[in-house]
Amino acid sequence: MFDFLEGYDLLGAFWVTVKLTALSAVGSLIWGTLLAGMRVGPVPVMRGFGTAYVNIVRNIPLTIIIVFTSLGLNQTMNITLGATDFSAINFRLAVLGLTAYTSAFVCEALRSGINTVPLGQAEAARAIGLSFTQTLRLVILPQAFRSVVGPLTNVLIALTKNTTVASAIGVAEAAYLMKGMIENEAQLLLISAVFAFGFIVLTLPTGLILNWVGKKLAVKR
Amino acid sequence: MTEVSVTKDATPPAGDALVALSQVNKHFGALHVLQDIDLTIARGEVVVVIGPSGSGKSTLCRTINRLETVDSGAITIDGKPLPQEGKELARLRADVGMVFQSFNLFAHKTVLENVMLGQIKVRKTDKKAAEEKARALLDRVGVGTQADKYPAQLSGGQQQRVAIARALAMDPKVMLFDEPTSALDPEMINEVLEVMQQLARDGMTMVVVTHEMGFARSAANRVVFMADGRIVEEAVPDQFFSNPRSDRAKDFLSKILHH
Repeated sequence: MFDFLEGYDLLGAFWVTVKLTALSAVGSLIWGTLLAGMRVGPVPVMRGFGTAYVNIVRNIPLTIIIVFTSLGLNQTMNITLGATDFSAINFRLAVLGLTAYTSAFVCEALRSGINTVPLGQAEAARAIGLSFTQTLRLVILPQAFRSVVGPLTNVLIALTKNTTVASAIGVAEAAYLMKGMIENEAQLLLISAVFAFGFIVLTLPTGLILNWVGKKLAVKR
Repeated sequence: MTEVSVTKDATPPAGDALVALSQVNKHFGALHVLQDIDLTIARGEVVVVIGPSGSGKSTLCRTINRLETVDSGAITIDGKPLPQEGKELARLRADVGMVFQSFNLFAHKTVLENVMLGQIKVRKTDKKAAEEKARALLDRVGVGTQADKYPAQLSGGQQQRVAIARALAMDPKVMLFDEPTSALDPEMINEVLEVMQQLARDGMTMVVVTHEMGFARSAANRVVFMADGRIVEEAVPDQFFSNPRSDRAKDFLSKILHH
């Protein structure tokens, strides 16, 4: 029944999906946190930048961002991100695009988490002489992160599925392979089902594990 | 209440002022919460600020480490004017201990970590010394056995004593108490007041905003009575409680002392 899978590197394709997801997740967690820091910070220029970034980037379709990384950054501005061969360049561009896009959502999730931390926590931190960045890093963000594990899980699951957009610029991840198989094989329903199942295998445990982690980390008040 | 002259019966020894406020004014929108506040606190002095709700006493306390900014006037600590927000202000805040009404212990850190954080990150004390000092301070305020618990696992009185230890860990020059017992159940108030009494006896400079008249009587060197954003009366506790000069203070005391 599953003979049609022969000759295709299904695991290899999903491995690319996993790599895209993992790298973009780490990247957007870092950049998203910095953006959130800017948005709650005391410097007006940074606040303005953070707000503008989030509102512009999260309202552009991901496909346009990903295609722009290839056509705009790579082909027009000759940015290669340190890679030489075609597939490595596109992979890195996709990670860049996914990171840029997902950070906006990470930032907003985190900012709602910051709003759950009582003002007194920041006041107490400032009162013992911590600077703004120390207050954010040592007192506010650790508590904010714990309260937004749920929303961040949603972002991570969305990111996992969003990696399929990378096929638009020829990154050989799962959806790219699926397109190829649909052209060459007859079992259209089965092919879709196999790939749908593959994504559920990736995202379902992620959701369950992070849900458990979120409960464990929750700050008691 | 049109007369604005302040009745001063207790003037601190001049020349050894640790905290000095002069002509401090602050508005919250249309509300003039601090009006021409002049207050000098000498080294080693315990000043208790009392007054009705909304009289500006908490705001006054919070301006001293610039958690509230002022609109005009000058505040100096140990001769140095309060700097703008930034590194220098952070350094100064480290020298001014603050205890809040709602404790504000760092909820994601253990009691011990709460008391160590400032030492390590601000004072750059090494970890071992910081822990030793934290444990000693926790013993001193009577919560040494709770060191590894999280704040939410402690009673209000215990949390507040940890908060005092956290402030003391910075070796502050002055301690500010902003209604430290107002959020506590009645049976826990004394355990906190006892720690504060001990601090006062040890010679700590303290500014205490409180409704605890017993504490004011026994521990204060001076009582400052505020109403409607002004300091209405300053006196030694005995005199203030037995023979208040201003009508506003008489009225206030008659409402809280006889029932």
